[in-house]
Order: sequence, then C-alpha cells, then structure tokens
Amino acid sequence: MADQPTQRGRVRPAPEHFLTEADIAEVKDGRRDFLRKAFLTASAAMAAPAIVRAEDGDPNILTLPPWTTSLGQPVAARPYGLPSQYEKGLQRRESPGLTRMSQVSVAFTPLQGLFGIITPSGLHFERHHQGWSDIDPSKHRLMVHGTDDGFVKQPKVYTVDDILRLPPVSRMHFIECGANTGMEWGNVAVPTVQYSHGMLSCSEFTGVPLRLILEDCGIDWKKAKYVLAEGADGSSMTRTIPIELVQSDEVLVAYGQNGEMLRPENGYPLRLVVPGVQGVSWVKWLRRIEVGDKPWATKDEAIHYIDLMPDGQHRQYTSTQECKSVITTPSGGQILLDKGFYNISGLAWSGRGKVKQVDVSTDGGINWRRARIEGPVNSKCLTRFNIDWVWDGKPAILQSRAMDETGYVQPSYGQLRAVRGTKSIYHNNAIQSWKVAESGEVSNVQVL
Amino acid sequence: MSRFSKSLTRVAMIALAACATGALADGKYAGVGRAAKPAEIHAWDIDVRPDFKGLRPGSGSVDQGQETWEAKCASCHGSFGESNEVHTPLIGGTTKDDVKTGHVLSLVKGDAPQRSAIMKVATVSTLFDYINRAMPLTTPKSLTNDEVYGLVAYLLNLAEIVPGDFVLSDKNIAEAQARMPNRNGMTTNHGMWPGAPASKGGIGNGGKPDVKNTACMSNCKTEVKVGSLLPVYAETAHGNLAEQNRPVGPVRGKDTSGKAPAEVKPAAQSDNAAATKLANDNGCMACHGVANKIVGPGYNEVAARYKGQADAEAKLAAKVRAGGQGAWGAIPMPPQSQLKDEDIRRLVKWIMSGAKAQ
Ligand code: HEC
Ligand code: HEC
Repeated sequence: MADQPTQRGRVRPAPEHFLTEADIAEVKDGRRDFLRKAFLTASAAMAAPAIVRAEDGDPNILTLPPWTTSLGQPVAARPYGLPSQYEKGLQRRESPGLTRMSQVSVAFTPLQGLFGIITPSGLHFERHHQGWSDIDPSKHRLMVHGTDDGFVKQPKVYTVDDILRLPPVSRMHFIECGANTGMEWGNVAVPTVQYSHGMLSCSEFTGVPLRLILEDCGIDWKKAKYVLAEGADGSSMTRTIPIELVQSDEVLVAYGQNGEMLRPENGYPLRLVVPGVQGVSWVKWLRRIEVGDKPWATKDEAIHYIDLMPDGQHRQYTSTQECKSVITTPSGGQILLDKGFYNISGLAWSGRGKVKQVDVSTDGGINWRRARIEGPVNSKCLTRFNIDWVWDGKPAILQSRAMDETGYVQPSYGQLRAVRGTKSIYHNNAIQSWKVAESGEVSNVQVL
Repeated sequence: MSRFSKSLTRVAMIALAACATGALADGKYAGVGRAAKPAEIHAWDIDVRPDFKGLRPGSGSVDQGQETWEAKCASCHGSFGESNEVHTPLIGGTTKDDVKTGHVLSLVKGDAPQRSAIMKVATVSTLFDYINRAMPLTTPKSLTNDEVYGLVAYLLNLAEIVPGDFVLSDKNIAEAQARMPNRNGMTTNHGMWPGAPASKGGIGNGGKPDVKNTACMSNCKTEVKVGSLLPVYAETAHGNLAEQNRPVGPVRGKDTSGKAPAEVKPAAQSDNAAATKLANDNGCMACHGVANKIVGPGYNEVAARYKGQADAEAKLAAKVRAGGQGAWGAIPMPPQSQLKDEDIRRLVKWIMSGAKAQ
C-alpha cells in the first residue's frame, strides 16, 4: 500500500488491502484490540480453526467464503436469467436534458463495460418516437402492397405465423442512430462513452430477406425504385428504403435477436433490418411495406434526420453510417487504478462493409500503432479491436482511427468540420479522444 | 374418398381459387400469406408523397384549424406553435422573403438560435402526412381528414405562408407547396444514400465520401490541438459515474456524486418503483415532470401546494380521474379514467410523498 500514490481520484483496491502495513503491525502486536476482535469474529464464523494472519496471505484465499462452504441456489431459481447483482452499474440510461419526454427519447447502451461485439438484448439502445408497446403477436399483421397497381402483382397480408414459416437467415449487424455522437458536433458535451457513442448496438438478427417476401407478392423489379417501411406504433414511423438494398438480399424482416425474439423495445414481433443504414430506417413493430417509385419525404426524412451544412442547405436522405470507431476502455469517466499494463479496447464499424484496419494513438494523433482486430470480422457489423499499452503515469490522449474495406479512413474533428460545419446534428463519425490525466482520470476531449 | 377428406379437398380448392388472382406469384411458398383486401389497404395506406400521391380529397380553413389546434395541440406546442417545452418549436424563424426565395435566410446566415420545423421542412405533404399519422401525441390517428387540412392551413397561416381566410384543400395544396419557405433548402448531392445514384434515377452521388483522411502512422502532425474539454457542469450532470461502471477490472468509474461514499443511499424501495412504472405506463410522465412543469405542474410542485391538507389525496384522486383545469392554469388535464381507483390513489400518494423513482 505504501507505494500507492494518493492523488485525487485514485481508487484504492478494496477491501482486502483495507489495512495499511502500519494497521496490520498494530493488529499483530495487540495495540488495536477492536481490529483483532473483528478478525476473531470473522474467523470464528468458519470451520477452519486457525486465525488468519494477513501476512500469511490473502484472506479471500485463506478464509473460505460462504459460496465455497455452503449449498448454492437451485436451478431455475430465476427462470429467465439475470446478470449478477454486481453488474448493476451497466444499464441503459437517458442523457439528462437531451429530451423532454421519456416516451420520445433515447436510452444509451453502456459501451464502457461491454466485451466482444454482441450487445446483450437487455442493453440494446432504445430510441422511440412515441413510446413502445408490447404487441400481441397474434394480432400483428404485415401488409405488402404497391403505390399503384403494377408494383406488385398481388398485395398480401402476412401473420407472424406466416413470416416464421418462411426460410430464415441469421446475420450479425450493427445498428447506430444517425444522431449518435450528435451532441458533440460543436464541442465536448457529455462525460462518458455511454452518452457519446451509446446509440450503437450489435446483434445477431434472424429473419426473412424482404426480397423473398416481395417476390412472393410478385414485385415488378423494373418499376420498383423504393419501398416505404411503416411501424405499428403511435408514430407509425415511416422511412424510405432503396430497392437496391432489398434486391441485394441485405434487408431483413427480422423477428429474432440474439437467439430469442426481438425485445419489445426493439420492435417485437417484427422489425426491419437495414444493414449499414442509420437506426431510424430499421422500422420497429413493422406493419406495412409499400413498393413505389419515388421517395416519401416522411417527417423523419424531411424535418429530422437531415444534416444542416454550412451553406444553409440540408442534406436529405443521408442514410449510410460511415466508418467510425471508439475506444470503450479506458474511456471518459473511468480511472486507471495504477501505472503499468493496460489493454486498450474498442469498437469499429462501417456502413459500407467490413472494417479493414484500426490504428490507435496514445499521444493525441502524432504517432499511431496498428491494433489487433478480433474475429469475426463481418460486413456492416461491430468489430472489436485491442492493443497493448503500458501507461507510464504521464498525461496521454487516446484515439482510435478505423479504415473500412473501401479504403475510407475515419476523419478527425478538424477534417469533418471543415466540410460539414458544426450544426448538422447527424452522422458525426469523427475520431474520439480520451485524455488520461496523471491522476489516472480519463476525460472526454476533442482534438482537431 | 371419405366425407372428411372430400370436405378438406373442397377447402383446399376454395383456397386455391382465392390464390388464382396471383397470391402465390411463383408458387414457392404455398399457404403462406393471403391476398390483402382493398378495405384493408385503404385502412393502412395513409401515406402522402411530396407529389401528393395518397392525399385524400377534403378541405379545412385556417379558422377551423385554429379551433382544433387550441383543443388538441396547443397544450404541447403553444397557441402559435412556438412552444419549446415539450418539443422544439414548429413555427418561427421564417420571413415573407423566405416565402419568395424558398430558402430560409437565417439557415444560410447561420444566425438562427434554434431551427423550427417550418424552417426546415421543404414539403407541405410531410406536415399533412405526419399530423395525420402521429398527432396528437397521446391519441394519434384520431383526427378526421378535414381536421388535418385545417391544422395544416392554420400552421401555414402562422408562418405567414397563406392568408387568414385560406381554405386548404387537395385542389390547392400545390399552391401552398409553391410558397413553402424552405422548399429549395434541401440537397441530395451527397454520398450517404445506399441505393442507386441520381445519375441512374436515384439519389445522391453513388456513395462518394465528402471527407478524406489518410492512415498516416508516424509524425503525423507537430502539435496536438485540443479544441474542447468537458465542461465542469457536464461532468456531474449524468449522475454518479462510479455507479455506471463495473466494480472490478482495470478501471473504475469516477465518483461524481459529490458525496462521501457512506452517504450514498442504497437503492430500491419497491412502492416507489411500482408507482413510477404506473405513472410511466399511463402517460402521466408525458405531461408532468417530477420537479418541473411540462404541460401540467411538476409533481413536487403539487406536493408542496397541498402539503398538510388532510383531504388533499382524496381531492387530487378525484381530479386525476375526472380531469379539469384552473388549479394551475388554463390548460386542462384530460380525464385519466383508464386507471383503476386504487392505482389513482397509489399515484397520488406517491406524488404527495415526493414522487421518488426508487
Ligand atoms: C402531448 C403533447 C403533444 C400534443 C398534444 C401534440 N403534439 Fe405534436 N409533437 C409532440 C412531440 C413530442 C413531437 C415530436 C415527436 C418526435 O420526436 O417524433 C411532436 C411533433 C409534431 C410535429 C412535427 C414537428 C417536428 O419537429 O417533429 C408536428 C407538425 C406536430 N407535432 C403537430 C401537432 C398537431 C397538429 C397537434 C394537434 C392535433 C399536436 N402536434 C399535438 C407533442 C405533442
Ligand atoms: C395531456 C397532459 C396530462 C396528462 C397525460 C396527465 N396530466 Fe395531470 N395535469 C395536467 C394539467 C394541464 C394539469 C393542471 C390542471 C389544472 O390547472 O387544474 C394537471 C394536474 C395534475 C395534478 C394536480 C391537480 C390539482 O388540482 O392541483 C395531479 C395530481 C396530476 N395532474 C396527476 C396526474 C396523473 C397521476 C396522471 C396520469 C394518470 C396525469 N396527471 C396525466 C396534464 C396532464
């Protein structure tokens, strides 16, 4: 303990090292009776006869804990399993002040504590425009028709039974809200990666390619240029989807998420999966597909989800999520416990295909090292990267920079703002910087 | 053939006849799905495109719109669509000149403090389509077609796009479109449309990115310019970060509670959690904040006003059930009669005890 620096913010490992060397010395030679008594009581509670002395080793090893010395709980005590009680810190959270009504709001995924690439379904981010409902699947319908006769030969209605009968595929994809990192366009605004990048999740989705359903209705591929997807919620969310993505078999009518049905917050019983495209197009509670030849300019493609450029024009129908990455640990709001070895870990993704390479800098972008990419590397899917780092206790600025298979390299804030200004709200894919202070505290900064 | 299998065959034949119109386009997925009926398509196909395809005939005047607006919309959006309380303003920031140019000047100058919906939207069809499908927020799809025409007319009049005696209809909506203040304010010249490009009848430039970086590896710049740091207020605005991280691992969350560890209260009292859920599930939180007013008063304001009054809980329960106005202002609370009496009593008790989440 003596060599533990005591700067502000330093976390002391607890509780086994709760006693300083001096405390322990005092216990040993009887000067601190109350502490000795505490030791005695603790050891009396267990079967082992001897008093555990701290210098003999770790009491967590020498004193067997109750879970090693008793009968545990029965199977199915919790028929639907839950995370450990010690994992309560990792929850979806709203960003205070961002929205005014929690039915029309966002809850962010706690990226700071997640491993690998799959987001646990209960931590998948939420964005609703008019609240969510738990829809009775026996009452849910999917209707497919054309703007006019001729786009499909036969308009059809499918029940959820019908959709689950069709041949499915399962694919892993990321979903990112177009407004992810939107609060940071002008300046640093939020403390942690949960709030800066947490409108991002990744799941294995199971469903039926929309192409197959449209072919079942006899779509005329020559006439069809776009489809409109519509949700069954109060907002009846609508978005225009390009027919080419449907034809390429990428767009799914999904019902499965990570091996179980979609969660109600994520669109139970049916949602559209539109890989590489911003989350708002992944229409939840999907009830209708209309095939047409012109885009619809719906509210969320004509009033919101439009990007204001410095010349006063709004870019409309911006949909692709360009290549981006972020270090998830160490990240803002965290504290490094000590100098020495760390694994820098993060996520990279691209709406244009696979992630090819991720580079990491610890000096604010002057020098970079190639990170290890962990498999699997899927198209339009989160990709985990890791890299070794030995922290020397000096200030550092951590950054990651991803490149996708098209050769596009994630830009810096300076580069992005030079083209798009600071008011576009959507599609901020700039390189994220985390400053590590001498105290070990990590905080959000922007490097130009 | 037994009678049983005969009747089965008949059922199958009827089903086949129903499909004869082409329900099974390639016959691959026999028995999956059925033909949609015209009335069903009519019931759901309510979208309206910028070229007004899908618009159903009808009309509504500015005056009629104003009446509906006051009754069904003003509580959230303000009498003039100007309110910033529940949602960003619908109206404001456009000028008569913008109606002429079709591109809102304050967007070009970049001096607008906030962007209202009318400053952004280029297509009047969007307003019609959205109000018709989604508003009012708590009772979407309750408006008649003519009411929607009236509401759009009223909003256009507030923005000085149409005069006060205007009657909007399917016949003249194109004239309103020709006066939309930001009708020329949209561009699709970008690389973020994943479908066919404009050159092939689609949208955008075919996916060409607008920003270019290179994967430089060493001595990429001479200095590190930090443009912005986390403001002090933002550090504590998101709760205690120590509780938002795992208690084991290479790092811990920073304690931003401002309290010594012992003071941090243990969580969970199930009564409060249950009442919070009840309030969320029944839309109470759409109009009430715990501390702050949204449409109705903040719950803590309610508790403060009636504190110590013996019959307060009974009176408030009756008010919540029946709705009403006047205690806090002119905006009425709609009757909350969907709730059971015991649930209303529970909610009121919770409000009076501080409306705590846990
Ligand atoms: C209980 C509050 C509430 C009421 C009542 C209400 N609205 Fe809204 N309105 C909202 C919210 C919240 C949004 C934003 C929804 C979203 O983000 O998807 C909205 C969005 C809108 C929009 C789109 C503008 C934009 O920026 O998204 C229009 C237009 C609109 N409302 C019109 C109306 C009309 C007309 C009525 C009455 C018939 C009405 N509203 C009643 C809360 C309300
Ligand atoms: C559409 C908006 C809306 C909804 C939904 C709503 N309220 Fe209200 N509430 C109001 C308004 C407006 C007032 C102020 C009425 C007045 O001035 O008398 C109010 C007042 C109140 C009061 C104080 C009454 C008084 O006389 O002082 C209570 C308590 C209350 N609401 C509880 C609830 C509860 C519980 C729910 C959910 C079951 C709910 N409200 C849902 C708008 C709403």
